[in-house]
Amino acid sequence: MTMAETKKTDPNEKPRIGVYVCHCGSNIGGFVDVPSVAEYAKTLPDVVYATDNLYTCAEDGLTSIREGIRKHNLNRVVVASCTPRTHAPLFQTTCESAGLNKYLFTFVNIREHCSWVHMKEKEKATLKARDLIKMGVARARLLMPQEEEKVDVEPTGLVIGGGVSGMTAALSLADMGFPVHLVEKEGELGGFVRNLNNLYVTEKSATETIKPLIEKVKASKNVKLHLNSQVKSVEGFIGNYDVVMASKGAEDIKTKVGTIVVATGALEFVPEGLYGYNQYPNIVTLTEFEILCKKKSLPSLKNVAFIQCVGSRGQKVSYCSRICCNVAIKNAINIVDNYENMLGLAEKNGTIIDTVPVEKKVPDEILERRRRRRGRERGEEGEAEEVKLGPSEKIEVTVFNRDVMAYGVEHELTYNKAREHRVKFVRYTPENPPKVFMEGNQLMVSYFHETLKLDRSMPVDMVVLSTPMVPQLDTREMSQMLKVPQGQDGWFLEAHVKLRPVDFATDGIYVCGTCKGPADITEAATQAAAAASRAAIPMAKGYVQAEALTSVVDDIKCSGCGTCIQVCPYGAMRKNDKGLAETIVAACKGCGCCGATCPEMAITMTNYTDAQLLAEAKATLEEV
Amino acid sequence: MAEPQHTIHEKKDEPRAAAGEFEPKIIGFLCNWCSYAGADLCGVSRYQYPTNVRPVRVMCSTRISPHLVLDIFKAGADGILLGGCHLNDCHYISGNFYTEKRVRLMLKLLEDAGVDPKRLRLEWVSASEGEKFSKVVTEFTETIRNLGPNQVKKDAALRSKIAAADEASDTFRLRALVGKELGLEKTGNVYGNKLEQTELEKLIDIATKEEFERSLILELSKDKARSVKELGKIMEVPTDRVLRHIVVLRQKNMLSMDHPEGFTPTYKTIIIGGEQ
Repeated sequence: MTMAETKKTDPNEKPRIGVYVCHCGSNIGGFVDVPSVAEYAKTLPDVVYATDNLYTCAEDGLTSIREGIRKHNLNRVVVASCTPRTHAPLFQTTCESAGLNKYLFTFVNIREHCSWVHMKEKEKATLKARDLIKMGVARARLLMPQEEEKVDVEPTGLVIGGGVSGMTAALSLADMGFPVHLVEKEGELGGFVRNLNNLYVTEKSATETIKPLIEKVKASKNVKLHLNSQVKSVEGFIGNYDVVMASKGAEDIKTKVGTIVVATGALEFVPEGLYGYNQYPNIVTLTEFEILCKKKSLPSLKNVAFIQCVGSRGQKVSYCSRICCNVAIKNAINIVDNYENMLGLAEKNGTIIDTVPVEKKVPDEILERRRRRRGRERGEEGEAEEVKLGPSEKIEVTVFNRDVMAYGVEHELTYNKAREHRVKFVRYTPENPPKVFMEGNQLMVSYFHETLKLDRSMPVDMVVLSTPMVPQLDTREMSQMLKVPQGQDGWFLEAHVKLRPVDFATDGIYVCGTCKGPADITEAATQAAAAASRAAIPMAKGYVQAEALTSVVDDIKCSGCGTCIQVCPYGAMRKNDKGLAETIVAACKGCGCCGATCPEMAITMTNYTDAQLLAEAKATLEEV
Repeated sequence: MAEPQHTIHEKKDEPRAAAGEFEPKIIGFLCNWCSYAGADLCGVSRYQYPTNVRPVRVMCSTRISPHLVLDIFKAGADGILLGGCHLNDCHYISGNFYTEKRVRLMLKLLEDAGVDPKRLRLEWVSASEGEKFSKVVTEFTETIRNLGPNQVKKDAALRSKIAAADEASDTFRLRALVGKELGLEKTGNVYGNKLEQTELEKLIDIATKEEFERSLILELSKDKARSVKELGKIMEVPTDRVLRHIVVLRQKNMLSMDHPEGFTPTYKTIIIGGEQ
């Protein structure tokens, strides 16, 4: 739309208000006496023009607004019709096209809040409509023109975390032509996936799967890789983040970025004290099991038990970790189908990693057990066990579960496959979980069989505990540094689970992968691509425009106490050189928390000042 | 669209509101993202409710400072409804947690001022709770109808008390305490020490009472110099407590000794320039 030249509205000019009351066909007109309301509006202070329209939002209605502004030299416009939540932008644009600053427009809702909810009392509804317009006019008299601030966006991205999500996001931004800093705290890329043996559905080796991604990231000209590095501080707001990265044994790197993608990943919960973990031999977590498989250093096994939901769903953490059912099923199939290949055969491809980025490294006892086991295999103490067991017939795998959540069609098929391959699934209730104990030298699992209603027990060689993913230990620090929220379980919290799933509420910062909750690789990569495209929007546009609904600090009243900085959920308040509070307009969302908090009452909200709100409310209280 | 549902709050055989019957005037501050949207949905679904609430749109319920509420009560509103998003659903992340804290202060001050706290109602109404909005409004209007009109315009004593509550809510001390309350509870002070909610509330309650009494002394001594005894009697506060307040107020240069009546000194509020 072509923008007519905006009139300079002199704030001190006496208000000349035009009121447009809408019939909305019969939606309002049928339940409110609209012409009488328009007549009444003419009697209100500073109203120079009032009329009623059949449909104010139709072209002739909009034309009447434009004409009114020109003919009657209106400097405030009040439309009494439906809801501002849908129609405010239309009327604001109309005002602008007639040269009136859009902030000099007031909306009065006499449909959703009046005619539609008082359909049986026309007289009272009409009185209420009159009152609402009186309130709107009182507010309009105090409105001031506002300028919207434009802020340039630095077209450089920062991705924190070099796992699958981080690499995908970085590569995606790089392919769009934006330079990206990729910060990884460890010495190599890959993240959690480096621990894994093979990936479900594709059955491919995890290392092989992420290899091309790592290579592409390394080869990309736009990706500046920072290994062994961490983000030390982040200051600023959308388009203008000043970032300091600290690398081991190097000087800090300072840089400026426009957007940030957080992909810091997750850890595996260590089930200390649960099911004999760290107490009896051969009890490992799912990830430790994968590491053993990957290193091809499994001991000889005849009986394996998986226990699901260890520590999750109301025990140590409240949530369901989503993916462990699928992972356990994958591993169960691996064991029955491919057991021989997973034994301690010569390791040929890929490097073995010894670091496990779990909350605690592999417990010493496990390492000790592994050393003993290797020793045994080399015949150092006693004779190495015969490991030539046939596949499925000779191995029993039992999955103890509360309920199997093999979500999605593919996983449901894999679940069926596991059952066909003689993997046993035994249900337990949270009140009556299986117990792991030693009988002499034999590891045992006892459980209550829900169908048979009998206590059973079985000898096992290894127990695999499916523990949930938990947030990284530094999530809290990270959330404070970036001023982004964590949810109840400690994960990063997106702005809206459905409407803005990869945005943080703070503009310019995005989130993907397992740092916002348990996810598998496909999900993490999908989220990463989404986060990258969200982050690309302001960078491609080159600027952001902030609505003039922000806080304003009165320098004279401000004492620099900093309370507003504490309460602002967006990090939009900062101290200036004088030590006084200042609003970062581009970051402010206009909620008004700082204004209602400021002990010195030095902060007001543009377009929602105390005076405007009080005038609006008090208009209805005046004695008629 | 589904068949509109009608909740008829007025029974047909009930006599029509006689002229002069009390029609409460209720201000409803509704947050743009949840309660206002809920009220919109209520309209779209045609749930009917009484005509007494006058909605005022704000971006977030956290915008509503105690001053706004108390000033509107001072202006004669019979009831005020505050609508926000459900906790943890706030469009502005944490805004409504601050609203809760502020409403607690408002209720305390209303109680001190002798206004029935039932006249202020905080409700979480989401954008999908159209029916809830109509229920809340119907119920609240009934509550206010039963309480009768706000007597502030007729009752001078009540007027000065509400004015004092309003002044108290604007003091640095209360605003700072309530503003920092949530932070002290959740993240702790600069040393990282967290404070218990009950402990903080106790602290705020003490401060609220003190600030209210001090503001009331200033309010009562605005037009007429008054003695400690007189103030104690009007305020129904022990004289030693009044005297302690007076010492503080004099230190702050807000109250001055006026003239002695016999051997009893009287005090008058210092009114600075155009302020007040």
